[in-house]
This record gives sequence, C-alpha cells and structure tokens, in this order.
Amino acid sequence: MKKINVKAQKIIGSDFENKIMSPMRRGKFLKYLGASSAATALLVAGCDDDDDDSTDMNTPGVDLGSGDTGILNYAYLLEQLEAAFYVQVITTPYSAMTAAETTILTDIRNHELAHRDFFKAALGDAAIAAVEFDFSSIDFNDRESVLGTAKVFEDLGVSAYNGAGKLIANVDYLLLAGKIVSVEARHASAIRDLLNPFSEDFAGDDVVTVNTGLDGANAPSVVLAAADPFIKNTVTFDRLPS
Amino acid sequence: MNIFKIIENIEKVDPEVYGRLNSRRAIFKHLSTGGFKLAAASVPVLLGGIFSKAYGQSSSVPDILNYALTLEYLEDEYYKAGLAANGLIPDNRKAIFQQISKHEDAHVNFLKSVLMSLSATPVDKPEFDFTASGTYADVFTNYQTFLTLSQAFEDTGVRAYKGRAGELLGNADILPAALQIHSVEARHASMVRRLRAEKGWITGADANGLPTAIYAGEDNVTQGGASVTSLGYSAAIATEAFDEPLTPDEVLAIAGPFIVS
Repeated sequence: MKKINVKAQKIIGSDFENKIMSPMRRGKFLKYLGASSAATALLVAGCDDDDDDSTDMNTPGVDLGSGDTGILNYAYLLEQLEAAFYVQVITTPYSAMTAAETTILTDIRNHELAHRDFFKAALGDAAIAAVEFDFSSIDFNDRESVLGTAKVFEDLGVSAYNGAGKLIANVDYLLLAGKIVSVEARHASAIRDLLNPFSEDFAGDDVVTVNTGLDGANAPSVVLAAADPFIKNTVTFDRLPS
Repeated sequence: MNIFKIIENIEKVDPEVYGRLNSRRAIFKHLSTGGFKLAAASVPVLLGGIFSKAYGQSSSVPDILNYALTLEYLEDEYYKAGLAANGLIPDNRKAIFQQISKHEDAHVNFLKSVLMSLSATPVDKPEFDFTASGTYADVFTNYQTFLTLSQAFEDTGVRAYKGRAGELLGNADILPAALQIHSVEARHASMVRRLRAEKGWITGADANGLPTAIYAGEDNVTQGGASVTSLGYSAAIATEAFDEPLTPDEVLAIAGPFIVS
C-alpha cells in the first residue's frame, strides 16, 4: 500500500486534496470518496504507478497483525507516537515553560518512553518497526499548540485502551492495559489542568459523558484515523480483533 | 442443532469459553457419552447444564458491579458531604469537586441501571463514617484532611476497578464500561494529588501520609514477567508508568474503617 497524495493531486486536482488534507493513504482515500467504480479504477491505476513518490522508500508500511499481538502492536504504535512527541517537547521547550510544567512534561515523556520500550521488549520479534512521525502541524514553540496536542494524544490514548480492552483474549494483557490506561488518564488530567487550571476541565464534559460518568472508548479504526495525520507510515490494521 | 456452532458463537463474546468448558474434546465426549442418541429436544437442557456449570464457577458480573457500586456510594456520599460543609472547600477549588461529585453520582446511577438491566438487585447504600471512628475527626472542617481522604478514595478506586477487570475478560458490554469508569477515577486521582502538591502519578509505594495499605505493591517494577528497570528506567519512572491493582480483600481492608454497616 503506497501513498497516493502525489498521484491524487494529478488526477483530481489540488483543490480536492487541500480540502481533505494530505498526506492521504489509499485506503482512506477510497473510503472518503465512497468512490464510484470508475473513480476507483482510475485511482487504483494511479496508485500502481507511484515510483515518483519518494517518501515510500523511507516509510515502509506497518501491519499491526492479528489477535493479542495485534493489540499489543497497536498499543506499541500509540506509545511510540506519544514518546516521540514528548521527546520533541522536552528537546525544544516552548517559550516560558515553567519549572512545574517542565517537571510534568518530563515525567510524562519518561512514562511514555518506558511504555514504548516495554511493549517493544514484550513483543520481541513480533514488534512492528519503529514508526516515523510528522509533527509539522505542531508549533513546538507555542504552549497552546504543545499542550493542546498533548491533551489530544492523552485523551486518545485513554479512549484507545478503554476501547481495546474487550478485544484482548489474554487476561494478563488485559491487566497490563489497565495498568497503563490509568496512567494515561492521570496524564490527561494534568495536561488539561495546565490548560485551564482548577477548572472542571481535568475531567471535562467534553470527554466524560455527563449522565453516565464514563470516559471515552474508541475502536482502533477511530483512534488510528485520528492519529493518522501524525504518522508517516501506512498502517494496516484490518487483522485486529473486532 | 450444531453445538460447535453454538460454542463458536459464544466464543465471539467469550474467548475463554473453551477454557471454562475444560476443552472442546470434553464437550464432545460429554455429548457423545450422553449419546448422540439423545432426542434433539433434550440437547438444549444438556447444554444449559454445561454452561451454567462453566459460568457459575466464575465470579458473577452482578457481584463485581455491586462491589463497584459500594465504592461509588462511598465516594458519592463523601463529595456531597464535603460540598455541603460550609467553608470546607475554597471557592476557587469548588469547580473541581463539583465535577468529581457529578461523576460519582452518575457512576452510582449508571451501575444501578446496569444491575437492574441484568435483573440483579443493586446493593443498598451502606452507612458511612468518614471520620473512621475519629481517626479523621476533622474531615469536613479541615480542607487538607478532606483532600487526604479524597486522594485515598480515588487512588483506591482506580486500583479496585483494575483488580477486577480480568474477571470481565471478553465481556463486550460490561468490561468497556468498567474501564471507562476506571479512567475517570484516575483523572480525579491525578487532580486531587496535584492539589496536595504531589505528582498526579504514584511514585513507588509512597503513601505521603495516607495508610500505607493504599499504595502497597505500587513499587512493583516487573510487568508481564519483565523488569522495566532493566530496560534502563529508574524505579521511580518504572513505578509511575504502571499503576497496580488491588484485590477485593485489600480494598475492603482499606475501605472497611469508613463503612459502619
């Protein structure tokens, strides 16, 4: 599976591409179009001839796999995303980052790195490769941009583990997911409080359903679609349990 | 009637079905010795017996939900009392506790409704004593004491839900809901800890003035049989990065002093 943003632009025109944001993946592109068979044929033909899409050389596709291994790789992918983000946050701190913020963000970076390396070690030969990220939409000099992204990633992580729990077959892995998801929720709470101190936002109505008091839970397809703009590799997840 | 088709369907919602039934072979044997000669009409009865035995031995979902409900009753009443106590919570911190209280109230109602939807009876709300027989006598007059017990209840709640998630393995309805409450408790815990000038996450088994039982085992650095410290992380990082569960007995030992009856 290759990226088709270059070809898509040639075929359909840059205006269309601008509307749907690049880079696009073939699968998502077709889904977005809900395409007529003629359009599909045209696009597939275009995708097959993509030797001018140089990014493919450096960003091989990633297949998460099936069963519990697939779910662990899914978690590993998300932890890679979070770890890479916070490494950048600490490497290039936004202007006027306070000491308290530095402590919190450094702690979170360390937790995400530990999660990432734990999954890599646990998966062994079954682990997906290191994924490449595109954080070009984030202004690392800007506090709101950094903390706003951190909020999105932490809430997304919480909803991912909450949604994946029922897909796990091995009880030990389920417990492991439980051990990590509450730490992600602790992060989300702290980040949200940095953005709007001492308000209800640490567990705001935008993320915790008011009448049930339930946090978010999302299927892998939803989580990966949200994470997709930040991931250079094409991620295949169609063999995950559902 | 194809029994394996039935079991396959059950497996979709309960991946452990074969484990519960000992083995697929045992089922086959069970059926074949009883006889393929059995009248078709008696097969459902036989199946019913097998499954009630298989599932009857594991903890029941209502038991787990009532366990959760008991803890939510405790939290719900605690925050309502705290918010009702004049001058206890500073005005500029009230939004936080109103939000927490709103969630605990919602959790109580949600768990009750789930129990009733399962035709199970929600447990009655116990009578609570938040002073724990005088140990925390100023809990509703001293904000710091109030915060201390709030942290105790939230961190214990996180550990309690985590400790029973495994019993809900493969339950596509109840497990997600339990996890979705669990992470809300963790959001609360992080906020309350930070109000006490602590980190939002738990370092080692540091109890910071709370009963040590609440954090016993949080200093674990071994996950999935592997040492996280051996990956190059300090014990502080390794323990902060993974929260640990508590068993029902451990939770009841912590909550017991606050429950009168």
